[in-house]
Amino acid sequence: MLAVSDLHAYYGKSHILHGVTLRVNEGEIVSLLGRNGVGRSTTIKAIMGDVHAEGSIRFRDEELCGLPPYVIAHKGLGYVPENRDIFPTLTVRQNLLLGVKNTRHAGRWSMDDMFRLFPSLRERADTPGGVLSGGEQQMLTICRTLIGDPHLIMIDEPTEGLAPMLVKQVAEMLVRIAERGVSILLVEQKLTIALTISRRVYVMGHGRVVFEGAPDDLRRAENVRKEWLEV
Amino acid sequence: MEQIVLFSILNGLVFGMLLFMLSSGLTLIFGMMGVLNFAHASFYMLGAYFAYTLASRVGFWPALVLAPVLVGLLGALVERHGLRRVHRFGHVAELIFTFGVAIVIEELVQLVWGRPAKSYQVPAALDFPLFHLFGSAFPAYKAFMLLVSVAIFVFIFAILTRTRAGLIIQASLTHPGMVAMLGHNVPRVFMIVFGIGCALAAVAGVIAGPVLGTFPGMAQVLGSVVFVVVVVGGLGSLSGAFVASLLIGTLQTFAVALNVSVGNVLMAVGVPAAASAALHDVWKVTVAQVAPILPYLLLVLVLMIRPTGLFGTRET
Ligand SMILES: Nc1ncnc2c1ncn2[C@@H]1O[C@H](COP(=O)(O)OP(=O)(O)OP(=O)(O)O)[C@@H](O)[C@H]1O
Ligand SMILES: [Mg+2]
Repeated sequence: MLAVSDLHAYYGKSHILHGVTLRVNEGEIVSLLGRNGVGRSTTIKAIMGDVHAEGSIRFRDEELCGLPPYVIAHKGLGYVPENRDIFPTLTVRQNLLLGVKNTRHAGRWSMDDMFRLFPSLRERADTPGGVLSGGEQQMLTICRTLIGDPHLIMIDEPTEGLAPMLVKQVAEMLVRIAERGVSILLVEQKLTIALTISRRVYVMGHGRVVFEGAPDDLRRAENVRKEWLEV
Repeated sequence: MEQIVLFSILNGLVFGMLLFMLSSGLTLIFGMMGVLNFAHASFYMLGAYFAYTLASRVGFWPALVLAPVLVGLLGALVERHGLRRVHRFGHVAELIFTFGVAIVIEELVQLVWGRPAKSYQVPAALDFPLFHLFGSAFPAYKAFMLLVSVAIFVFIFAILTRTRAGLIIQASLTHPGMVAMLGHNVPRVFMIVFGIGCALAAVAGVIAGPVLGTFPGMAQVLGSVVFVVVVVGGLGSLSGAFVASLLIGTLQTFAVALNVSVGNVLMAVGVPAAASAALHDVWKVTVAQVAPILPYLLLVLVLMIRPTGLFGTRET
């Protein structure tokens, strides 16, 4: 469904991605792992058109490389940023409303679905997004992207800074999202949830993919974990 | 005295709302582009000239609607085919570009309409005193100006806060990248905001032309005050622009109305009369004469105390 090959990206003169190749199939949860600064966020921003990139990004039989972000979003790619980039002055409901791309056709997720998935968001529907807790803001960013009805959603470090209880909740909910037929490309640093919910994992190092396989393969590959993941 | 106070407040409101019609657009455009649009007041001038010409063909009322629409479209074109291209060369290039646009518009206005002021008149239907108080008349046209500006702002405010399009605009001002990745065409949003900002300036021109005069220098005269307003209010802040517009509007009308000298004012606050001859000259200057520089004095004062302006968050 998504096939990225030989992707290069630059910030000004510094060359960040050195030919990233990865694939996400229909309905899969795939994790992109790696240490700080190896270029995981840059990879998904490049796929989203937010960072200038060269190479090939095929999504549902179309080439996306070079298209502006809003066009890519309309092709069915969703992006959840790492810094919980909500609109702080707008209410929860208004934040969700901004995620809707097409007001004429109902997608597979309605506002009510979102509130059922996260009852705490319903209670806070009319409070400004800026006053929510970190966990609630994370839920809101995910819901805001989902309500735009993407076929594939790329999520950047959703568990960062969350209490263990919430981390488990996020994991459960990613599984539920995938069950509805939405593929997920998950960027993570910790292995905890990535290894339990993913079908396949990629490990990045210095702007390229250094490992690819099933979670069990990574569990066995101690040298990969030592060299590229553990701190 | 009551008469001066009351009429100054009324006139200050009229002038203040006029300033807000320009400063709101200017500050919104600053919010998105990060640069001051030096051509903003030129669109105000175009509004007045377009309305002058249109009014003589189709009458004042259709012109009141048509001129801002035309100017808004023109503004959108300037953004789409000018600013957007220049954008990638950085803020300095954008700033110089808007300067260029201002000069081009001023030259074109002189070319098409000539140097002398145009006799763009208050429409006959509004050319009567609305009421008399303390022996002075308040013209119906000024009440009309106030009505138009307030109505437009209620309308714009409602759109910005109550509609989806308005929410998209609000979010685009602060988080353009995120809004784009949710599937909204942010460059088009910017073009629309730029166009609406220009149209608002043009409405100000249409209604102010008959009162403040329709001449090639009108953009500069009002433009510099509008810059002061947005800086005093805090660049990028709509509420700041609103407060500063009314503040400077009233300040200026009050000063113009006060026929007392600087010496009287200083003496009233307890400064002893000047002895030396040099100071004596300053003493005789009337407050009305100082009126044009009051906004700039306020600017310097505000920037000394609060470099971000009254409501701003960015350094200016
Ligand atoms: N806007 C930017 N300008 C210049 N360099 C950047 C920019 N953003 C990131 N970089 C650099 O690009 C490299 C990859 O950054 P990226 O954000 O993709 O890392 P990451 O793998 O997501 O890690 P983390 O999120 O933990 O920082 C880093 O070395 C970073 O310093
Ligand atoms: Mg990152």
